Amino acid sequence: MEVFFNLALNGLATGMLIFLLAAGLTLIFGLMDVLNFAHGGLFAWGAYSGTWIYATTGSFFIGIIGAIITGLILGMITERFIIKPVYGNHVQQILITLGLMLVLSELLKVVWGPNQLSAVAPSFLQGSWEVGNIIIIKYRVFIILVGLLVFLAVQYVLKNTKIGLVVRAGVMNKEMVQALGINIKKVFMLVFMIGAAMAALGGVLLGPYSGVIHAEMGMEFAILAFIVVVIGGMGSFPGSILAAILVGLSGSFMAYYVPDLALAANMLLMVVVLIFRPQGLFGMKG
Amino acid sequence: MSAQLKLNNVETYIGQFHILQGISFEVRKGEVTVLLGRNGAGKTTTLRTIMGLNPASKGQVQFNGEDIHSLPTYQIAQKGIGYVPEDQGIFAQLTVEENMKVAMKSDNDQTQARLHYILDLFPDLKTFWKKPGGLLSGGQKQMLSIARAYINENELLLIDEPSKGLAPIVVEKVMESIMEMKENTTIVLVEQNFMMASTIGDRFYIIDDGKTVQSGEMQVLKDDQDMRRKYLGIA
Repeated sequence: MEVFFNLALNGLATGMLIFLLAAGLTLIFGLMDVLNFAHGGLFAWGAYSGTWIYATTGSFFIGIIGAIITGLILGMITERFIIKPVYGNHVQQILITLGLMLVLSELLKVVWGPNQLSAVAPSFLQGSWEVGNIIIIKYRVFIILVGLLVFLAVQYVLKNTKIGLVVRAGVMNKEMVQALGINIKKVFMLVFMIGAAMAALGGVLLGPYSGVIHAEMGMEFAILAFIVVVIGGMGSFPGSILAAILVGLSGSFMAYYVPDLALAANMLLMVVVLIFRPQGLFGMKG
Repeated sequence: MSAQLKLNNVETYIGQFHILQGISFEVRKGEVTVLLGRNGAGKTTTLRTIMGLNPASKGQVQFNGEDIHSLPTYQIAQKGIGYVPEDQGIFAQLTVEENMKVAMKSDNDQTQARLHYILDLFPDLKTFWKKPGGLLSGGQKQMLSIARAYINENELLLIDEPSKGLAPIVVEKVMESIMEMKENTTIVLVEQNFMMASTIGDRFYIIDDGKTVQSGEMQVLKDDQDMRRKYLGIA
């Protein structure tokens, strides 16, 4: 029972980190039809900038805010100068965003050096609670709560505000949104910036969770995030959290019970979903 | 009467295909101008070119005397042009209410009054107000699409084949609503159903192979069986 609970908690925390990365990716794909392979780079930049700001200021929350601002700025620059010229051309998008991913990773080494950095949780989030025989690690609960909070906040905006309505409509029919007098390009930039900020938040939260951060972490997590986007349904925000939790849990349980299959588990999950629901769990047909 | 919308020798390419090869027409304020022609003649592309969705590569599109052919679609719509596309463009997963809200430029008393007027015109939309747009019937989707274009005080409505695929009784209802909207708005209508086109329309333009080839008062076309047979394939 204790093992089960700990694996579940671990899987949920990992799932939330993947969700923070995948949520932006799915909205960017759904609304803008952009395959952004550089999203993982924004995740890594969030981790490095946030960890550095935390180490410099001594405040974990200032570190988190710094990572979010870094994500917003990098998102704006990426959308305006890298993505905008290649709208509508998937091949060019893949090439240029893969290139950007490499550039972002190398720039991390230029700024912070080639070695991995250690990251620790603030003192109030260190340690654990004991409930019976179950040990609940505080930082994992913190990640789960932050992930849920972000999900609820974005879901509220999507469901209850005009801008959210425009984003949802834009995912379904961009052309019609423009024909109703709405400047979809401004919405594109906003979504890209928010997606980048969420990725950066995921990155800074990952630091104390794994203990170390390194320049290639973006690519590792981006692969999981792409799996989540496919499983959840491209463009589906609720689909991204459900799929991220599934991927997090399957990774956690498989690593414990069938370690040889741990790496393949997520791919298998994606294959199964694609066979029975090619549009993903929450995706629209066609 | 002054021309509210004027197309002058407009040419449009879609990819490598030269779809519009010289479209010229004028739409007078307060009138219903009908674009007629066989399938593939270029009627839908003409409306899409006016909206900037397939921008013109040559020629001019003027609205109230201002060139709009180089503007992005959203700015053209903001000038006061509402668009009802051939496929209705309903946001399938949004409710009827949300579909209307996306279109509403403001939420003031005037817009609310307009909304009430529209819901009286299309009572089905009131009935399915909280239902997703994708669950509506073809006729109801058409009504929603027209209502969405009409919710703001647009000076001009571009309506693409509103009768397509609808049962005759629904066509009649859509026709009645367009007749009522005609009182307040200029309309450009693309329509294959000649009965509907000739009932609503004040003037017509026939498009053939991407060019405007005939035009005049609707009565002229009603009286000219040869022209109808030659360009529309109907007696």
